[in-house]
This record gives sequence, structure tokens and C-alpha cells, in this order.
Amino acid sequence: MIIDKFNPLEDEMISILNKEGEIVREDILPEISDDKLIEMYKTMLLSRIADSKALQYQRQGRMLTYAPNKGQEAAQIGSVAAIEKEDWLVPAFRELGAWLYKGISLEKFYLYWYGNERGSEFSENEKVLPMVVPIASQLPHAVGIGMASNIKGEKDVTLAYVGDGGTSEGEFHEALNFSGVFKTPNVFVIQNNGWAISLPRQKQTASKTLAQKALSYGIPGIQVDGNDILAMYAVTKKAVERARNGEGPTLIEAVTYRLGAHTTSDDPTIYRKDEEVEEWALKDPLTRFQKYLIDKGLWSTEKDEKLREEYSDMVTKTFKKVEKIGTDTELKDIFQHTYSKMTPNLEEQYESQKKYFEGGEK
Amino acid sequence: MPLLNNIGALTYALEQEMEKDKSVVVYGEDAGLEGGVFRATKGLQEKFGEKRVFDTPLAEAGIVGSAVGMAINGLKPVVEIQFSGFMLPAYNQIVAHVARMRNRSRSRYKLPMVIRMPYGGGVRSPEHHSESPETLFAHIPGLKVVIPSTPYDTKGLLLSAIREEDPVIFMEPKRIYRAFKQEVPEEDYTIPIGKAKVVKKGEDITVVAWGALVREASKAIKTLEEKEGISVELIDLRTISPIDKETIIESVKKTGRFLVVHEAVKSFGPGAELISIVNEGAFLYLEAPPSRVTGLDVTVPLPKSEHFFMVDERRIMDKIKELVKY
Repeated sequence: MIIDKFNPLEDEMISILNKEGEIVREDILPEISDDKLIEMYKTMLLSRIADSKALQYQRQGRMLTYAPNKGQEAAQIGSVAAIEKEDWLVPAFRELGAWLYKGISLEKFYLYWYGNERGSEFSENEKVLPMVVPIASQLPHAVGIGMASNIKGEKDVTLAYVGDGGTSEGEFHEALNFSGVFKTPNVFVIQNNGWAISLPRQKQTASKTLAQKALSYGIPGIQVDGNDILAMYAVTKKAVERARNGEGPTLIEAVTYRLGAHTTSDDPTIYRKDEEVEEWALKDPLTRFQKYLIDKGLWSTEKDEKLREEYSDMVTKTFKKVEKIGTDTELKDIFQHTYSKMTPNLEEQYESQKKYFEGGEK
Repeated sequence: MPLLNNIGALTYALEQEMEKDKSVVVYGEDAGLEGGVFRATKGLQEKFGEKRVFDTPLAEAGIVGSAVGMAINGLKPVVEIQFSGFMLPAYNQIVAHVARMRNRSRSRYKLPMVIRMPYGGGVRSPEHHSESPETLFAHIPGLKVVIPSTPYDTKGLLLSAIREEDPVIFMEPKRIYRAFKQEVPEEDYTIPIGKAKVVKKGEDITVVAWGALVREASKAIKTLEEKEGISVELIDLRTISPIDKETIIESVKKTGRFLVVHEAVKSFGPGAELISIVNEGAFLYLEAPPSRVTGLDVTVPLPKSEHFFMVDERRIMDKIKELVKY
């Protein structure tokens, strides 16, 4: 199968949909229902719009520092679309598309970046871990979830993301090593977006590919065109099948590109050339997938325009709602999630702060 | 009622709880087949199988980080870090994730997990085997830090720790792993986390200690009482975080004097916190400045010079006399 046959030491990359939106590998084209294809596209579009608006809000001083997703929608949605409702999602912090496709609301995502932890308030049936800022240290959690699935004899698969910079962190290696040893049902997706803030991929590691790192842990590694949603889906689907069948983890390197800045505090013009960005803009995953769907007769420019307007309104409304919710935090909120029950110390500090803020608890 | 030492009580507690609660899983470096370097988990793999008791690759962040995921996915991991000195690679996991996952997920994910680790000096160990880093954990919101000093407490506190919804750092004073035995009840009993124990009542001074130093303090107190007629109230703190302020303040209000004894280095150590608690809660009752006998602000020396560092009976005795005469 596609994963086992792949040699990550060779400079090849799985690609199905080229940048003109044409199928170049009919043999591995995944079977995806029309409805699902549309759903994937819609999520990409929503992600793109919500992302660009977040950037605007940040520039207007209405949103905190934000990490843009533009350009990475296929890497995320192509992979997350291959897991099921009962599977786990372990994101890093630049996974808006994955987040939305998994069914987590945009409102929560915005709340988080607005500076309110209530954005990470998930319900019992949302099997997703909160966003995490330290780099790569979420991967051992994904492995632990997988270890528990194995111990309990459950078939859940855990999909986790990390960036190219994250592959240099110790915990990336510990996680992959554990995963290989314990044969956990994990799929690791590296979103290789070319840059870890200002450090280019070439200076991140001397490895030819990031996928080849899997070999040291005895697990398959595969490099995929991360701007090709069909390739991302096809490969992840196979990796998920392997995991579910007890065949262990897979490492997927999604070769994509961060069209925007690392975060809104960063200025990429200091370290990268416009030509590079322009070249990658031509490989935009969204336009590529749109072309494909239009050619297939599943989508049209009219539908697209209509949906863009619809999403734009919806996103604006969501953000306005978040602006309201985001400022009504009660004092107790910062105390009550430290322990299962407030310790006497916390009780004392809470009471004292309550007195301090006139009128008691807001 | 079996007569057990501290290590025996640990194994006993783990065994009983694993029998009772199928979600308890034990792992770490050498923790499976060999039962850990101190044999705390000896026999458990044989009894409960490799799925529930197993060895891991040598990787502390991997051990603790995977335990986070395991706890999220419904199990109760009790993981072993071979020595507290080797905990540092896992410190990122402990501080960035173990302590914060509840907060970060707004209590959706609680982490019922225990991180066990032997700590402390006095056993002629190489470098990185003798530290007392309880402050490094107690300083972090979201963690609970427990240190037993007797076999009875070891069982009761470990059972509480495993049943806690919050992550617990369970530090084991390795110097007294096998120092003495005590009768440990077969029945299920727990000792509440966050509650200190008054080991011995007294009138002239309150001494707070934990771990191996409870024994050193007891010896000092016995001599003082017999030879000097000084009556000492001894408190075993048992939980370093959250601290049982009430018991301490109540005691100091009665005795008017306070001494904290710990093996951790002096500056920014737990003693500073305890003295602040006493100052805040019983200042007007004090007849002498609250004080501390501690390890020194140096890297723990290798065995040939470790005696310069260790808190012993004599240092405790001298300080108590000084405070009572103040």
C-alpha cells in the first residue's frame, strides 16, 4: 500500500491534485463522497475567511496576538477528514481548519485567541485536546491516549499535529519512540510550513526530509504535498486504517507553506523573500481544490461567491458575540480550575480578591 | 496485620488498589519486570500482566507526557521516575501540562495521575541522586505534593493520591525505604492529602518536618525532653502542597516558638513558606523568631562530604535549644 511502499529517504512526495486542480495520480485517488468533498471545501473556505478576519480584528486591536493559518488548510482538513467522530484530535496551535472540521465551533476558537480560556471549554463528546503553546510537548499526550486505547482494547485513533520546528524538540522524539515501541494507534502530521518563526526548514534539521525521521523509530514516514487536500486525505486515511488495525503509528510530513506570519507579532519580511511567498501563493490549496470541484461539476463560482458572503457575515457575527462573552469572566473562573476543589489557600485568596474588587464578585 | 517497611507498604498499596481499580496502570523505567530500582513495584507485573505494569524506554518526558494522555483517556497512571534528580527532563511536562491541563481545558480534562519518585540524601549515592526538590513542585499551581514518613502513612497517602482527581507528586524519602517496619492494616484506609499529623504533643516549641527528617527530629526531641526537659510538639507535614496551615498555626499559638526542619536547600525552600505562614497567622504569639534547619545552598555533595550537608539530630537539637532560650 501507499504508505509501506514509500521511501522517505528519496526525494519524492505523494501528490494527487496538481496546482491546476488536475488529478495526476488516478491510481491512488481516494474514494470520497460528493457530500464529503463539499464539506471539506466548505470548511477550507470557512477557515480561510475566519483566519483573514482574525487578522483584521487583531490589526484593529480587537483580538490578541494571532497565529495565521492561511495556506495550510489542505494539510489540516485533508488529514482530519480521514478520522471519525470517535477519534481523538490533538492539535498544536495553528489548526483552525482541523478544529472546525472536527466540529468545534469557531466561537470557541475566537474566544481562545481573544484571550478567554472559555474557548477551551469542550463538552464530553468533543474528543479534542485544548490548544497548546509549548512546542511538540502535546505529542506524548497523543501517544498516552493511544496507549490507553490499546490497554482498554478500544479502536480509537489519535491524530496529532506538530510543526517543522517541533521536530527538533526532545518530546517529538520521545513521543515517536514510545509510539513505535508500544505500537500505539497514532497518526502524527508534521505541518512543514517552511519556517519556524524565522528559521527556515533547511536550518531546522540536516535531514533531507522530515518524514525520514520516522525510520529511526521503526515506523513508516511519508512525505505528502500538504497543499493537496486529496493526497493528504488519501495518505491519512491509510495511516488511520493501519492504526485501527493494530499496525501502529505513521508519521506524515505535509509539505505546505505558511503564507502569513508566524503570529501577528512577527514580521516575515525580515527573513523571507516576496518571490518565495508569491511562488507558494500559486500553489494555494483552496483555489486548487475549488478548480477540481468546479471541473467535477460539484461546485460553481456563483455558489462560491454566495457562500463567501454567508460565511463572512457569520464570522463577523461570531466575533461580535465573542467580544461580548469575552469580557464577562467572573473572578471565580481564574480560581476554580486549578484543582478539583479549591484548596484552603485558594479559598483564602479568592475571598480576599473578592473583597478587593469592590462590590464583591462580578 | 502485616509488618512492613516503607517500600513494602508502597507495593502493598499499589497491589491492593490495582486489584480494586482496573484503571490503575503502573509504568516507568525498569518498573515492570524488575520492579523498579528500589523494587517498589516488585511482583506487580507478574500479578497484573504487562498491559498494566510495564517498562518504558528511558525517557522521563515520555513517561510523564504519556501519562497525561492516558489520564485523559480514562486510566489512572501511577508512573515512576527513578530518582527525583532525573525528573528534570519531565519537568516541562509536569509544569506545562500536568499542572495545567485542568485549567487549560476548563476542567474537562482532569488528570488522576501519580508521579512517584524517590528523593533525598544520606544513602551514599552518586551525583543527581540525593536532591530534595519538593519546592520545585510545590511552587506550581495545580500540583499536589505528598511525602510520607511511615509505612502506615505511605499506604494511606498513596491510596489517596491514586484516588485524587488532581495530579499528585508522590515523593518518597529513600533513606527510610527500609529503615524500619510498622504494622500496616490490611483494610482499605486513606489519609487525606493536605492534612498534617501531630506526631507528638508538646508545650515549648513546634517543630515541623517531613520525610526522613521526621525520624531525625524525633530522636532530637527525645533526647531534649529527657536531658533538658524541653517539651516539643512535632508535626509531620505529610503534604507539602497544599500546606495544612491550620494545624501549624494552632500549634504555634500554643507553643510560641517555631522551627521547620527540611533537607531541601535553604534559600527559597519550603521553610521560607512555612515561616511566612507562621508570621501571618501567629505573629503576636511568637516568643522567638521562627527559624529553620535545612540543607545548605550548595549542590548536594558526593558521599564523602555529604555529612556536612545533612540535617542531623545534633543540628536540630542545637537550634531547638537556641530558640527555647531566646
